[in-house]
Amino acid sequence: MKRLPLLLLSGLAVAAVAACPGKKPETPAPVSAGPDADSLARAQKAHDDSMKAAQDEADRRAREDAERRQKTADSLAGIGRTTDAVKTILGTMIHFDYDKAIIRGGDAAVLDQKVAILQANPALRIRISGHCDERGSDEYNLALGNRRATAAKQYLVSHGIDASRVETVSYGEERPIDPGHNEEAWAKNRRDEVDILAGGDALKQP
Amino acid sequence: MKPVGLLAIVVAVYPSSRLVAQDTSAVDRGVRIGILYRPGVRPGIVILTGRAPALDSVRTVMARDIDYSDRFELITLPGSDSIRLAAPSPALGPPPAAGTGTGKTSGGAASAGGLNYPLYQALGADFAVAVTPAGADSVVVTVHDVAGGAVRREVRSRLPPLTDPGFRMAVHRLSDRVVEATLGAPGIEATRVLFVMDGKAYVIDQDGADRRLVSSTDHAAMSPAWAGDGRRFSYMEFWQGHGRLFVQDVASGKRAPVATTGQALDFTPAFSPDGKTLAFSRAIEEGTDIYTVNIKDGCCLQRLTVGRFYDNLSPTYSPDGQRIAFVSTRAGLPQIYVMAADGTDQQLFAPFDYGATGSSNAPEWSPDGQAVAFHRDVAGTLQVFVLDVRTRAVRQLTSVGRNEDPTWAPDSRHMAFVSDRSGYRQLWIIDLETGRIRPLLQQSGARLPAWSPRLPETAPSTP
Repeated sequence: MKRLPLLLLSGLAVAAVAACPGKKPETPAPVSAGPDADSLARAQKAHDDSMKAAQDEADRRAREDAERRQKTADSLAGIGRTTDAVKTILGTMIHFDYDKAIIRGGDAAVLDQKVAILQANPALRIRISGHCDERGSDEYNLALGNRRATAAKQYLVSHGIDASRVETVSYGEERPIDPGHNEEAWAKNRRDEVDILAGGDALKQP
Repeated sequence: MKPVGLLAIVVAVYPSSRLVAQDTSAVDRGVRIGILYRPGVRPGIVILTGRAPALDSVRTVMARDIDYSDRFELITLPGSDSIRLAAPSPALGPPPAAGTGTGKTSGGAASAGGLNYPLYQALGADFAVAVTPAGADSVVVTVHDVAGGAVRREVRSRLPPLTDPGFRMAVHRLSDRVVEATLGAPGIEATRVLFVMDGKAYVIDQDGADRRLVSSTDHAAMSPAWAGDGRRFSYMEFWQGHGRLFVQDVASGKRAPVATTGQALDFTPAFSPDGKTLAFSRAIEEGTDIYTVNIKDGCCLQRLTVGRFYDNLSPTYSPDGQRIAFVSTRAGLPQIYVMAADGTDQQLFAPFDYGATGSSNAPEWSPDGQAVAFHRDVAGTLQVFVLDVRTRAVRQLTSVGRNEDPTWAPDSRHMAFVSDRSGYRQLWIIDLETGRIRPLLQQSGARLPAWSPRLPETAPSTP
């Protein structure tokens, strides 16, 4: 801003000198310097403006990019959070009475959640493993664990889940989650576990 | 010299009643001796060996075998020297005249062949066993009939060096010959027991020595079972939720998966007596049922039971191969049933009171065909029972602690089982005739035992 009056003043001074006769060949250039100075200033301004605009644009873009990246990251994290939450629900175990393979009333709700998850995620395939406590016969418990796994599968299938999406296995009493020798441990060990076989990378909340 | 030995003898009455949890390996330190011959009581036997280190080991192993057979009163003397006083000591030298030279002169002379029959008779011995070296790698076992005053049998056998892994089994075989020579029927000395511990299958000599791992360590193993010829055994392994059956060769240690299994949960394999067929349980979504597969040709899967709403499992063949006893939940709780080997004629085997009798599992048909052992839930714990096949009477065998998974010795009078009577679950052996019980393996967590048949001569002691 301060440079502009100075340029104008110096322009006038040059014009005054040019008016004197017998002056040297430099004069034509200074004569034209008046309007040139203006245009220079304008160009300079335009340039400055454009630079500023470009900078602004770049800043805006960068800001937008960052925002978009953040948004993507946020949404990815959201998906991840959902998948984890769904996995937790899917992995909730159900439990059984001693030497029984009947789904308890309270566990039906747990299985209902799994039905909903399987319906919301058509690519999802799972494996249900049946387990027993240590009290029964070692080998009989393989058959009992098999009953427990298939009881849960039958529940899922009867609620509309395709049987081919659910595998069943039995580990009998071979894989206790509580090594104790008391009713508390036994109750924990009489269970069905659910593992994801396929389609579990991104799970939708039902 | 002989009287000196006699003076040192201490007399003890052998307890004839049931001995619970007796560690009879103490017998070699003992001073027990039966001095009077009591008719109707088990025959007394004395084992005489020379001084060579290998022969000491022979005597130790053989004495334990004889003791564990529960068919003899093993007569031991306070100092081992006194035993050697009686038999002209072969020491380290060449074979003496005692065992070898006298055998055929069995005329009834009181001290034929240098063995002082009256002395051993006075000690209560009906039989005397002399083990003498014969050359560098063999021994001669002479079984004397003390009462008859004659040599009953003489067996010459190769004996591997003490350091050879086959040494113990060679001695077990000699013990078997002694039992056969004295009682007319072979014993159970040259046998082994398969079992599972920490998800791995092991085998152990019937006297509790020489435990060895036989399964892979990659997968949890269960339910080992011997083939009738003692040359192979089968077991199940968990493979990502499936139960795969394997048949393993004892001699080579090589194993092969059983054809047609692998994508289901197959368990509790049982060889048919002819070794051609393997019966097993297969758990599928319908439930668990019994199948057979031809393992000779690797074909011909057959389903023997069809129980849509109940389970059938744990097959065990009768020794004639005609029938299969098994577990079924058709009446609610698991109980013991029987069927023809082709799956027909299924019926209840071990009677039970509906609503009162507890779950019954893990049947095993005795080698003589006359009984089926199993375990049954009694008041919240398990006890071993024996079903008489002819009368179908059921007898409870155990009552101390939790007792399960009985398996028969080839003599059909000994049985290995799992019991927590000592505070933790371990393997025990019971003699059904005397009620005597001894630990087979004092290690927690051993389970699912399977007693071998008499092992063939060619089966090496190490894989």
